Amino acid sequence: MPRGRVSSGVDLPPFQALLDAQGPGVYRFLIATVGPGDAEDCYQETWLAALRAYPRLRDASNLRAWILTVAQRKAIDHFRARARRAIPLAELPETPGPAVQDDGIPEIWTHVRALPAKQRTAITLRTVADLAYADIARIMGTSEEAARRNVHEALKRLRTELPA
Amino acid sequence: MTDALERALRAALPSDPAPPFDTEAAGAASLIDVAYVEHATPVGTLLLAATPRGLVRVAYADEDGSIEASLSALARSVSPRVIAAPRRLDAARRELDEYFTGARDRFEVPLDWRLTHGFGRRVLRSTARIPYGSVSSYGQVATAAGSPRGSRAAGNALGANPLPIVVPCHRVLHSGGGLGGYTGGVERKLTLLAIERGAERYR
Repeated sequence: MPRGRVSSGVDLPPFQALLDAQGPGVYRFLIATVGPGDAEDCYQETWLAALRAYPRLRDASNLRAWILTVAQRKAIDHFRARARRAIPLAELPETPGPAVQDDGIPEIWTHVRALPAKQRTAITLRTVADLAYADIARIMGTSEEAARRNVHEALKRLRTELPA
Repeated sequence: MTDALERALRAALPSDPAPPFDTEAAGAASLIDVAYVEHATPVGTLLLAATPRGLVRVAYADEDGSIEASLSALARSVSPRVIAAPRRLDAARRELDEYFTGARDRFEVPLDWRLTHGFGRRVLRSTARIPYGSVSSYGQVATAAGSPRGSRAAGNALGANPLPIVVPCHRVLHSGGGLGGYTGGVERKLTLLAIERGAERYR
């Protein structure tokens, strides 16, 4: 059998069940992190990467944290690619457009997206995905204390930027 | 410690439905090990599942308790890369529809026999050769599979047929004329026989 049974002895649910259960949460996370314009591309890339890795997964106990880890990596890839694509302008346009395009989601999220990457990811996982600090730490590869601090710093910064 | 700001963040996102997963891209990358669809037929909803080699499973919706249970079994026995990808089952669905209207007397979609083994596989392969509209006995299929005294084992193999309807285990009856059992229940066996020849002669 060429492909098929490459699994690690863990009882993994059918991939479709994971997709059905976690799809909406993953999409919300990506809308919050990369914005509605790019969320769909990142969403497809997330699930394609997850499907590629799925049979080799060794621990099926927290599939939600796992798929959000994949989504978070895709969001980082997305920001890196965008940074590479950005071309410095020789001259500033005469009438600068709005800092962030109006994408139909509340202004508060344009502030979130402008946060340093770790704070942005941590606050999004905390509020959009409603994760415990232990899971945020696991996804971000940090200590639980660092996860807590990133959320705290993000909130502090947002409070200074946003009207009360 | 949920203050107004946190509440605003939690509430502020539109809840657009997630887009459908692009199964074409997944298929193009050879990442769909098991594609499936649920298909309505005169004998109830069927789960149809295929690997890249061919149709691997036909299950009555209640056969393993639920379709979810059948899918979980496929995840364990074939691969956890189980995806709803209806278009990959288009040919099988068309052939089944034709079969149920009486317009088709044999199935031509490729089959993946990986869920069958040993003697059971031989029994099912010989069962697949029983012509439309005719019947055989447990003893006959056992003999054809190389074990003339294995009619009980043949019965077990037919009861575990992963491809009912397409591999026509409903055409195997007791040699005395009794109906015998059926994966999907004897009512369905009668329905299938009725489609092929008329139920009266088996009642």
